[in-house]
Amino acid sequence: MNEDGTVNRAALPAIFNPEDLNALEMAIQIKDKFGGKVTVVTMGLPAAGRVLRESLFRGADDGVLVTDRRAAASDTLATSYILSCAVKKFNPDIVLCGRQAIDGDTAQVGPQCAEKLGMGQVTCVEELIDLKGKSVTARRATGHGWQEVRCKLPALLTVVDTANEPRVSGGKRLMKYKNARTPAEVAVETKAANAGADETTLKKLTEEACNKLKAKGLLIKQWDLDMIEADLKWCGRDGSPTKVHRIQSVVLTAKESKSVDPGEDGIRSMIRELIVDKTIA
Amino acid sequence: MIGVNRNGQVWVFAEQHHGKLEDTGLELMSKAKELAKTLNVQLGVVLVGSNIKTLGQTLVRYGADVVYLADHPLLEHYQTNSYTKVIFDLIHKYEPQICLFGATVTGRDLAPRIASATKAGLTADCTDLQIGEHQAGKDGPVHKNLLFQVRPAFGGNIIATIINYDRWPQMATVREGVMAMPVPDTSRKGEIIEIQVHLKADELPLEIIKEHRQDKKVNLKASRIIVAGGAGVGSKENFRLVWDLANALGGAPGATRAAIDLGFIDRDHQVGQTGTTVRPSLYIAVGISGAIQHQAGMQDSAKIIAINNDPEAPILSLAHYKIIGDLNDVVPRMIKAVKERA
Repeated sequence: MNEDGTVNRAALPAIFNPEDLNALEMAIQIKDKFGGKVTVVTMGLPAAGRVLRESLFRGADDGVLVTDRRAAASDTLATSYILSCAVKKFNPDIVLCGRQAIDGDTAQVGPQCAEKLGMGQVTCVEELIDLKGKSVTARRATGHGWQEVRCKLPALLTVVDTANEPRVSGGKRLMKYKNARTPAEVAVETKAANAGADETTLKKLTEEACNKLKAKGLLIKQWDLDMIEADLKWCGRDGSPTKVHRIQSVVLTAKESKSVDPGEDGIRSMIRELIVDKTIA
Repeated sequence: MIGVNRNGQVWVFAEQHHGKLEDTGLELMSKAKELAKTLNVQLGVVLVGSNIKTLGQTLVRYGADVVYLADHPLLEHYQTNSYTKVIFDLIHKYEPQICLFGATVTGRDLAPRIASATKAGLTADCTDLQIGEHQAGKDGPVHKNLLFQVRPAFGGNIIATIINYDRWPQMATVREGVMAMPVPDTSRKGEIIEIQVHLKADELPLEIIKEHRQDKKVNLKASRIIVAGGAGVGSKENFRLVWDLANALGGAPGATRAAIDLGFIDRDHQVGQTGTTVRPSLYIAVGISGAIQHQAGMQDSAKIIAINNDPEAPILSLAHYKIIGDLNDVVPRMIKAVKERA
């Protein structure tokens, strides 16, 4: 945690959010069946380049890392604003996201992006049934069973973990893209490989390495907030209406508690006690 | 976005499907009523649907001071865009200071869409709501009478209190069972305001082709005894022990999110912040370490038994009966002892 109660993301590994893998799988299946191109957009620290590389291994055509210090401390509203600015650049027919992230579990960024993109939304998609003309048909969980709905395109779908079994990285694709890097990753690696070099030299070496990767089609796109034409007023801390008032460690209140011997006698006497006090009818 | 409106009401979205009100919305009304009293404002309830006029009076009995009733054929089935438009317009017309939604599938589809359109903050899955004050920095201004949105935070045993002091309404979602169901009072009087709805079918991007209703496989909230298993149970086969003990006690089987993610049991059985909050007479935690998100959903149980082979497991500090041992030995012994009692 940072002092202001926001999460210190630099201290955490950048992982592929599980339900986002289901969303990627659905995107690749759509491409296989109906054609099109799969682009993966992620926002995070430079380390999130790993997620884009994994997407390429699994079958994505392209990836973009949106990374910018000014995006730090974004809540779901600011995050959805930044992501939607990046997504707009591609003018997609379908946007797929995982239903929710495993850290906050809020399930808010998908619908918030859909609103900002002016798209219809279908949340909790369990199956993509058809895609034709200008609409997508899908089955979604409602909490009381399911619905089959048809939504006009462009549309945003959030995908649940039961929708499919995400494919593993393809061997050929892994070989092809294992050296793909974002410029930010190239900078980190160049610095590590040239300890003691001055800033100017590092900058030059990084640029050379990036150009080499670019020539091979292995330089992953990296955009900052200016490149996606984001209005800074809606980004990062300023763009986030929710703030942390306080963080408390939970002090567990010791209840009147008994240690019970795990043997037959101990268990039997506990059950007897619960029958006597009518906890067990 | 609306500005800070200290005279604004406290609002609850009363979710209904096919003319039946969801428990979560009603439960939220009891908490919202408390918040409204503290703030000295009215409790407003938003009801959206088709042929639902009779539900307005029901909501008054449950505690609504004002019911905003939007009744229109195109609102018969929940749809993100139509419901968002109606509620967005209402928020801008009446400027409530707080808007609360149940964290149901519908609430989690609707609330973020409205928050985004309104450019207001939204906190998901709160486990408590209070009114309090906040000072921004040591010498900063003091904001009084804010909604404290309390929820377990990212990682570890940490509770975060979230606030939104400038871009209102203050919005939050709350899971099922977290708040107590209010008792209806037939003598209560309230105002029902019928809203003019302007919607056109061709403006809506969605069409519902088929609907299949299936009730939850288990009603944890109504169970007096819950036997819940965690990742420590080890396998789906071994989860049979949890079922057997629940059956022997006439209780219901529950589970942690980890056990469900491992495929041991269906998601309907989840107890915790993102599942159901329960308050049974007896809660038996089998192979559950006790993440705070799980504790949030069961800590108010009258009696808690925890079985764990790790003497350091956090769940043990909540337990009235701690059993440190192998669940594969302990659970069969418990089943035997229960069966012997007759």
